[in-house]
Order: sequence, then C-alpha cells, then structure tokens
Amino acid sequence: MAKSLRVRAGPLAFALPGRTIAVTAALILVVAAVMLLSLSRGTVAIGPGTVLQALLGQAEGPEGFVVNTLRLPRTVMAFLVGAALAVAGLILQALVRNPLASPDIIGISGGASVAAVAFLSFLAPQLGAQWLPLFAIAGALLAAAGIYLLAWRSGVTPARLVLIGIGLSAAMGAATTLMITLSPIATTMTAYIWLTGSVYGSDWADVQALLPWLALLLPLALRHARAIDLQEFGDTLATGLGLPVQRNRLLLLVLSVALAGVAVAHAGAIGFVGLMAPHIARRLVARQFAGLAPVTALIGGMLVVLADLVGRTLFAPLDVPAGVFVSAIGAPFFIYLLFRQRF
Amino acid sequence: MTAITAIHTRAGRLLAGLLLLATALAASLSLGQTNLAPTTLMAALTAFDPSNTQHLIVADSRLPRAVIAGLVGAALAVAGALMQALTRNPLASPAIFGVNAGAVFAIVVASTVLTVSALSQLLWVGLAGAFGAALLVFGLGSAGDRGPSPLRLVLAGAAVSALFMAFTQALLVTNQQGLDSVLFWLAGSVAGRSLDMVYPTLPLLLPALALSLTLGRAINLLASGDQVAQGLGQNVVGLKLLLGVLVVCLAGTAVALAGNVGFVGLIVPHMVRSWLGTDHRWLLSGSAVFGAALVLMADTLGRFLIMPQEIPVGVMTALIGTPVFILLARRGLNHG
Repeated sequence: MAKSLRVRAGPLAFALPGRTIAVTAALILVVAAVMLLSLSRGTVAIGPGTVLQALLGQAEGPEGFVVNTLRLPRTVMAFLVGAALAVAGLILQALVRNPLASPDIIGISGGASVAAVAFLSFLAPQLGAQWLPLFAIAGALLAAAGIYLLAWRSGVTPARLVLIGIGLSAAMGAATTLMITLSPIATTMTAYIWLTGSVYGSDWADVQALLPWLALLLPLALRHARAIDLQEFGDTLATGLGLPVQRNRLLLLVLSVALAGVAVAHAGAIGFVGLMAPHIARRLVARQFAGLAPVTALIGGMLVVLADLVGRTLFAPLDVPAGVFVSAIGAPFFIYLLFRQRF
Repeated sequence: MTAITAIHTRAGRLLAGLLLLATALAASLSLGQTNLAPTTLMAALTAFDPSNTQHLIVADSRLPRAVIAGLVGAALAVAGALMQALTRNPLASPAIFGVNAGAVFAIVVASTVLTVSALSQLLWVGLAGAFGAALLVFGLGSAGDRGPSPLRLVLAGAAVSALFMAFTQALLVTNQQGLDSVLFWLAGSVAGRSLDMVYPTLPLLLPALALSLTLGRAINLLASGDQVAQGLGQNVVGLKLLLGVLVVCLAGTAVALAGNVGFVGLIVPHMVRSWLGTDHRWLLSGSAVFGAALVLMADTLGRFLIMPQEIPVGVMTALIGTPVFILLARRGLNHG
C-alpha cells in the first residue's frame, strides 16, 4: 500500500496517510455491519439474508415493508444525524482549542431547543410539523450569532466563547423549561422527547431534507481543512502562517453551527456525540482534519445507530430515545477523558 | 436615613441589604393575584382569623412561599460563596457538585418507579440524592494519585450531572404520568408548599447556615493559598472537608425544597463581592442576605409577568442571572 494518498482536486488539497485510509475502509465495513444489524432487529426479527433481499427489492410480504419503509429511513437518519453532530464537534474542538468542547456545550442545541419547543407549543397546530426543522435551524443560528456577538470584544477568544455559550445555554434552558411547564401535556411529551433526542418515526422525507445540507456542508468543511488544522496551533502561530484568524473563526463557527443545527433540527438535542466521536477518531488516525473528518463522521453515525438500536429493542415495547443511550455512554466517556487529561 | 448616610461603610451596606430583604419579603407577602393592603397583612400575621380569605392566603400560600424562597436563596448563595472559596474557581456553584442533578434523579425515581408523591417524603429522597451525587463527584474528582483539584471537581460534576440527566430523561419519556407531576418541580418552584415541609429541614439548614457564617476568618486564610494557610497552622484538609459537607447540606436542602433554582449560588457571591469586598466575614453574611432577597424578588416578579399564570422561580433566576453571568464572563471573571 502506498505510504500516503495525495488529493489535489481544485480547492481540495491534502495528503492522507495509508493508515488513515485503512482505518476508514475498515470503519465503513463495521458501519455497514451495524446498520445491517439495526435493520434486522426490532419487534419483528428479520434475518440478515432477508434484509439484503428486501434492500434489493426482492423480499415478499411484510418484511420488505418493515425493512424499507420503517427501519431503513430511521437507520439512515440516525447515521446522518450522528455524522453531522460528530463533524460539528470536530470543527468546534479545533476552533476553541478545547478537547472538551461540543456543540451542546456552547449553546447550539440550546438555541435549537428553544425554537423547536416554541414551535411545538405555539405554532405546530396551525402550521404542521414539517416546519419544525426550519425553526430549529433558525434557533441554532440565532443562538450562535448571539453568543458570537456577546463574546466579541475586539476579537473572539475561545475561552470567552465557551463561557458565554454556557451562560446563554442556561438561559435558553430556562426558557425551554418555562414553555414546557406551561403547555398542555400532549405537547409537553412531544417536546420532552424531542429534547432528549430521538429518530423515532423518521421517514424518507426527513432523510431527503437532511441529506442536501450534509452534501453541501461536509465538502465545504473539507475545503477548509488546512485552516482548521492551523486554528489548533493558536492565534499567534496561525496569523504568522498567513491565516486571517478572526474571519476564519467566524466561518468555521458557522459551518459547525449549521451542521449541528440541521442534525438537531431533525432528531432533537442528542448530546455527547460531538464530544465523543472526535476523541475516538483522534486515537485511530493522525491529527489532520482531512483524514479525521470521515473517520469522525463514521464513528458518530455508528454511535447514534447503535443507541437507537438499543433504545428500541432492549426495552421493547417501549421506544427509549437514542439520546438517552448516547448520554449513558457519553457521560462515563467524558469522565474517562477527564482522567486522561493532566491537570 | 442612617443606612443611607453610612452606606460607604460595609456595615451600612449590609444594613442596606437587610432593608432590601425586608422590602422583598413584604412585597412577596402582599403582592400577587390578590394584592393585600399592609394593614391586612399585619392583621393576618398578628391576629389571624381563619374565616378571612385574605388571612388564609397569607397563612396557607404567601407565608410558606416567602419563607421557603428566603431560606432557599440564602442557602444557595452561601453554598455558592463557600464553593467558590473551596475550589478557587469564580464559576463554581452548587450545581457543579452534581447536587441538583442527583436530587432531581432521586426524586424522579421515587415518584415514577416507587410512586411516592407526598412532597414531605420527596424532600428526604431529594436530599439523599444530593448527598449521593456529591459523594460520587467528590470521589471521581479526587480519585487517582494527584488528589482533588478544582478543575477535576468541576468536570466530574459536569459529567455526573449529564449522566443523571440522561437517566432522568429516560425515566420521564417512558412515564408520562411522572413527567406531568415533576415538571413544575424540575423547573424550580416555591409554590404550593406548606410550612410543614420546611420544619423537618430546619435542624439541618439553620446550623449549616450559622456554622458557615462563622467560618469567614478561616476561609480568608484558605484563600491566601494552601501552603500559607498550612504554615499559619490551619488544618487545610479538615476545613475543605467541612466546607464540602456544608455546601451539600445547604444546596441539597435548597434543591430538595424548591427544585432547580439556578444561578443564585453563582452570581450572588459575585455581586456581593463588588458591593462588600472580598473579606469572607462580610461576603458570607452578605450572600445570605442578598441571596434571600434575590429569590424573594424573583418569585414575586414571576407572579406578574404572564398573569394569570406564574413563571416558576427557577426560570426567573435563570433569566435574571444570565445577563449578570454574561457581564462577568466578558469582564474576565478576574476576582474571586
């Protein structure tokens, strides 16, 4: 195998070490296996052979319907949401130079949550649920803009960004709680499940709504791979190497917010993926964004697919939201990270 | 007038705080859906007439509410001041010890799985949860060969909180009944409690408050650094342990009484520091006074903003606290 693969295609330019490519290939196989498992398990167990037949459109009877109409969009959705959150976390960690940063910490999920719950409480009956993602994305963007502006004092420092993010998150959490306590119980339940993060009931329309965003945002992030790597070195060095630091910081923040925002908009406030996936990826491959991004995306996607799988099978007939299991893995993982850090 | 002329001295400023507290208390007792005249209020307190509706409002609703709000505010603010001294971290607050999340989780388990519904019983469950979570956070934060460091405590607290939150959510999304009954409590509220709920907590709360207020001098010494304090003959480890226990007693009781009332423990010590200075002998009593006043005012204000409904006090403190916090974060949090 070649030592490294050089990519030069228009604005994309990077070299991927052989190990990175091998790890990515292996991960793709693992993810495919996990998704196959997710398609075959549930209230009705379907053998992997039948699942494959169903995917090819050759299954007779209800199996084809269960696999293609119920489980496949949900599984694909879980994967996409996880991948988007994971890459958003990867960009953010480089941006604030803090390995413990994640989109949920700096208020992006909080902004989306406020907007989504406001929508569910006041507008959903009139407008219909299909507008929910739009409101959630707008909320995420508004919150991020607010955090950025409040943190601005002749430039934005990573520490101030995180602090303001935490503060504003708390306020948005309070506003969310307020709306939930005041709304009728049916809305309360919908909103609460949304807040926990779930891909329950996802269909192809959801996938179609999410996919174009990722197809736009992920290549855009790869295009700025070099800038993302430079941000990690610190302001002085990055400026010295010719990077317009503040302008790039804003751009990367927008990318991260958009990725997290669209994911949260469709699946609710799933926490910890943006924190965990980049860490696992960094242990597997070299610290270089162009190589890290696909690995992070695969790991993040796999985490949510697994969490969803556990949530709907382990406690059947209850459908426990995926967000619960991501947190149940994520919090101990966070503690583990804590112990590895040298303070 | 003496309070105003002497406002440049610390005693004068603390007195001004007491006046503010008295005003907030009077407002909390007399204002709301039904506004009561000062004379009615006095009559209800001094010559209670059980057949008078207005008197009943004071005795059954307003007075317990005001007492709980005041106690919760004082306890949280003092706990926050102790916490900030203990961790030398200006962003430390009781929530960081996992106290809130632990109490919430315990209460949700009790009310959904074990179907406990009496508030007086939930109080003890919440307190047990607060202690359990604090022990876990402290254990995690101090495990390993390097011992407890402020940052490790803070991060362990964040992680344990997140874990308990996840379990709480899991229980609530699978149990709609439970969600409905605990949501208002989750938001942090002092409404609908009776004084009977408060009495059993007093033997824990009042001594903890009193003891905290006497520790000012020792904490001042601690603030000059572990080694200096040790050199001057202070038992640093013992004091830190005592502070930790006090924080959990104060914050745990407050959370068990009123649910999630955030930001009080974080911002009140900062506001008091800029008003009374960094000497803990003043800072602690100032925090108690201003903390109580803040929660009383937040609760009273919450009754008016979206009449006829009420905004839970925990939501109010968060909405009031955020701008202060953002100001602090922009200034760089350089004191404490």
